[in-house]
Amino acid sequence: MSDAVIARKPLLGDGILAQALRGILDSKAATLAAIACLVLVAVAILAPWIAPQDPYDLASLSIMDGRLPPGSESMDGWTYWLGTDAQGRDMLSAMLYGLRTSLGVGVLSGLFALAVGTTLGLVAAYFGGRIDTLVMRVVDLMLGFPTILVALMMLAVLGQGVGKVILALVVVQWAYFARAVRAAALVERGKEYVEAAQCLGLSKARILFSHLLPNCLPPVIVIGTIQVAHAIAAEATLSFLGIGLPITEPSLGLLIANGYQVLLAGLYWISVFPGLLLLALIFSINIVGDRLREALNPRLQK
Amino acid sequence: MTVFIIRRLVQSGFVLLVTSILVFLGVYAIGNPIEILVPADASQAEIAQAVQSLGLDRPLWQQYLTFLGNALHGDLGRSFVFNQPSISLIFERLPATLELAFIALMLSLVVGIPLGVLSGLKAGSRFDRTVMTGSILGFSLPNFWQGMMLIMIFSVMLGWLPSTGRGATGEILGLHTSLATWDGFTHLILPAINLSLFNVSLIIRLTRSGMRETLPLDFVKFARAKGLTERRVIFVHVLKTILIPIVTVIGMEFGSLIAFATVTETIFAWPGVGKLIIDSIMRLDRPVIVAYLLIVVAMFIVINLVVDILYSVLDPRVRLSDA
Repeated sequence: MSDAVIARKPLLGDGILAQALRGILDSKAATLAAIACLVLVAVAILAPWIAPQDPYDLASLSIMDGRLPPGSESMDGWTYWLGTDAQGRDMLSAMLYGLRTSLGVGVLSGLFALAVGTTLGLVAAYFGGRIDTLVMRVVDLMLGFPTILVALMMLAVLGQGVGKVILALVVVQWAYFARAVRAAALVERGKEYVEAAQCLGLSKARILFSHLLPNCLPPVIVIGTIQVAHAIAAEATLSFLGIGLPITEPSLGLLIANGYQVLLAGLYWISVFPGLLLLALIFSINIVGDRLREALNPRLQK
Repeated sequence: MTVFIIRRLVQSGFVLLVTSILVFLGVYAIGNPIEILVPADASQAEIAQAVQSLGLDRPLWQQYLTFLGNALHGDLGRSFVFNQPSISLIFERLPATLELAFIALMLSLVVGIPLGVLSGLKAGSRFDRTVMTGSILGFSLPNFWQGMMLIMIFSVMLGWLPSTGRGATGEILGLHTSLATWDGFTHLILPAINLSLFNVSLIIRLTRSGMRETLPLDFVKFARAKGLTERRVIFVHVLKTILIPIVTVIGMEFGSLIAFATVTETIFAWPGVGKLIIDSIMRLDRPVIVAYLLIVVAMFIVINLVVDILYSVLDPRVRLSDA
């Protein structure tokens, strides 16, 4: 089909990814951070197979092993490298499972927000007029309130739960995508290839998603990366406050909250290690995102 | 300008009304506070009496209309837990939160602007790279965990500063503040650092990018060509230009400081509205939740409006038309 040729004239999808990859590899810090991200994702996915203990199998926990400092030996002779919590749970195992939950919630809500925000941004830019005004009013309104406040409001109303936390995070994040995609799409909309696609009588959905969208990808990639980090931090914060994930789905935030109760008693390992893992996760995603922002910024390109 | 303000006020009223409906419906549709408020061994009759005295037996829309009517008279219901008007409960605790947010804001300006200016001047240097990496770290540190680490290091390990609570307050110029007493001041340090760290990073980045955009401009070259000292060029001419976006962001950030104070207050047991709202959510104390959300939304609307107006006053290039 001829439209494939037309659509491929500007930056292609894989062209952008290649550019992003080159941007990351150009910087030593970003390369390290990207490797760290990959390792953390792999560890999170493999948690059930590599964790020394199933931390939520109550039968395998022994209260006798509770609150052991890092490096202690268990009753049956193996080592708790990062200590145990009050229930005698191996911290390392609990952290691996917590990482899984935190990453899962962060990535899922980031992807949903990306889908919703990108679609609304494209629609607003393409159709203009009232639709544009309406979408942008709501975007302005959303961006006028801090993330944590809106999420807090929603969860105060909805109650706890994985689905509810993801919903709240999508609600607070989609506007960032919508604003950026609209700005990019407004520029693209006036270009000839869009006009050509219109002349060919292609459906609007096709023009939006297979012609406009590939050319609006740079901001989507950058914001997507950063928003995943935000979502992970926000989920952890909400769970710490006791209004995020329920106790049955312990994320890193909840683990840290458990450690908070005993921090003043000097049981530092219960909150310090999960916190360090959370920090490593968010920090490495942010470094990659920061690098991508520079690498994909058209203003900085020669 | 007048038209703009009137239009924004009408819009703001509308947002507030919609928020009130959403919040009211949401909050009143979940949970059953009676189970929490009545002792476990209460009889049916006692429960029925409590339901009636709290007005929980009427249809939801009637409860809302009563609520709205009362709200317009400044009455946002009585707290189930404290048996005290929720609005006075909030205004009692608001000063502690505002004090914390204000100090945190000042701290982020005092630390953030100089670091940002230096970074921007020496872009690409080792100093710049360290500051920039530090600012990403500042963005990435989960606020609540960082607060816990502050407590662990400075209270538990070093024993330098108190870990929780507000400490004694005194009066300066008629304002009750922790700054007036040494005890209050030491209690304020950790929470203020905790709350400000994110904003320090933000202001560093804003100032730095402002510097980098402004330094190559003609007016800077001209000021240098005129023979002004470098100090005067930077601190008077350049800084004045980059302060405009910073002021806007500060306005917005003051709002998010109040929102983020919920986290700081929970960790440091700071007796402000943030701790109140979390406690109220846990106890399903609906009138307090509703009152908090409405008052905070109202504060945000006012802050956003003031920022918009301030922006146009500071930067005549911006014209307020339709916003």
